[in-house]
Amino acid sequence: MKSGLYGFLLAMWVLILFGGGILVTVLGPFSISGFGPSDMLITSMIKAIIAIILVIVWILILSKLKNWIFQKEINS
Amino acid sequence: MTPPLIKFLEKRNLTVKDVNKKEDVMIARPGGISIIAGIVASELVLYAFLQLNEILAITITTFTAFLIGYVDDRRVMGGWFKPLALAFAAIPIIVFGVYGSDLAFPIFGTVQIPVMYVGLIIFMISITGNTINSIDVLNGVASGFMVIASFSLSVCLFIMQNYEVAIISLPLGFVSLAFYKYHKIPSKIFPGDSGALTLGAMYGAIAIVGGVEIIAAVALLPAVINSFLFLSSVKQIVEHRQIKGIPVDHTDDFKLKATNDKTAPITLVRLILAGGPLTEKQVGFAIFKLTIFSGILAIITTFLMGINS
Repeated sequence: MKSGLYGFLLAMWVLILFGGGILVTVLGPFSISGFGPSDMLITSMIKAIIAIILVIVWILILSKLKNWIFQKEINS
Repeated sequence: MTPPLIKFLEKRNLTVKDVNKKEDVMIARPGGISIIAGIVASELVLYAFLQLNEILAITITTFTAFLIGYVDDRRVMGGWFKPLALAFAAIPIIVFGVYGSDLAFPIFGTVQIPVMYVGLIIFMISITGNTINSIDVLNGVASGFMVIASFSLSVCLFIMQNYEVAIISLPLGFVSLAFYKYHKIPSKIFPGDSGALTLGAMYGAIAIVGGVEIIAAVALLPAVINSFLFLSSVKQIVEHRQIKGIPVDHTDDFKLKATNDKTAPITLVRLILAGGPLTEKQVGFAIFKLTIFSGILAIITTFLMGINS
């Protein structure tokens, strides 16, 4: 069980690294123009929505991983 | 500070039963009073020398979190009280403007999120405070966990040459260590919500002010796993007192064992015990080993930050 916990911890760390990569490469250069002074606000709002979607995806992946790693214990 | 506080609390009957002991042992609570006193005194000394707004922001945020926890210690509040109230504790960081709007990630670099970052500050204090509170389940675990996590964070800040915030972060580790002396098994005092929220909120404030949010999250992973497992099994934000199922029980020789109760939440302790019964001390050390492992990952993450800079 303890090795499962270390594996889950490591998986979370890897997911943080990958999630960071997606955030920097997708969200970093993303910007919208044509709305005048509202450009920054609209860009930020869209970035926020994408970030929230990424967090939800991250949680879903973790839930699957949790079920996979701890299946026996969770079902008992 | 802690020994006189223990006597003071015991004299006024401010004690709670230690449910993991065979005998009826009553333990003084809340120890958050000595934790906040130690933190405020150390930070004020640092402020006298460094005169940094960062110190004021961290100290006020931490003190607000202590007050929120103290209210919960004296009057049991609903499950939503602490997360919502802790959001207000983040306001000093925003008012003093002691944060950057860049979120730094290892390997890939930084992303600028000026508007979103304010939301992240509010979220972070609430999450770190409640996460430490959720791991405060056994003798010495919350304070011992914070000793390892906060010193790991301080090391990371020194590696990043962010010396000022690294020095500001040191009182958190030393105060946790001083408190651990009385909190370790067999506990003479419990931190209570006031202590756990103080430690967690200060940790989150240091992460924001130091610009090491991701590194701090990595060092905190065992506690994050605990909160994640709990929330994903309960599927709502509730006070642990409201949970009817029992995740952990005792054997005849009073070792801890995982139950088969399907209504009980899945927690870190329950998973550690899935392999068989263990003493409270053994479970505590298993959590500390996981925290050391995540501390090492945090230091590796710090070095990976340097790749892109």
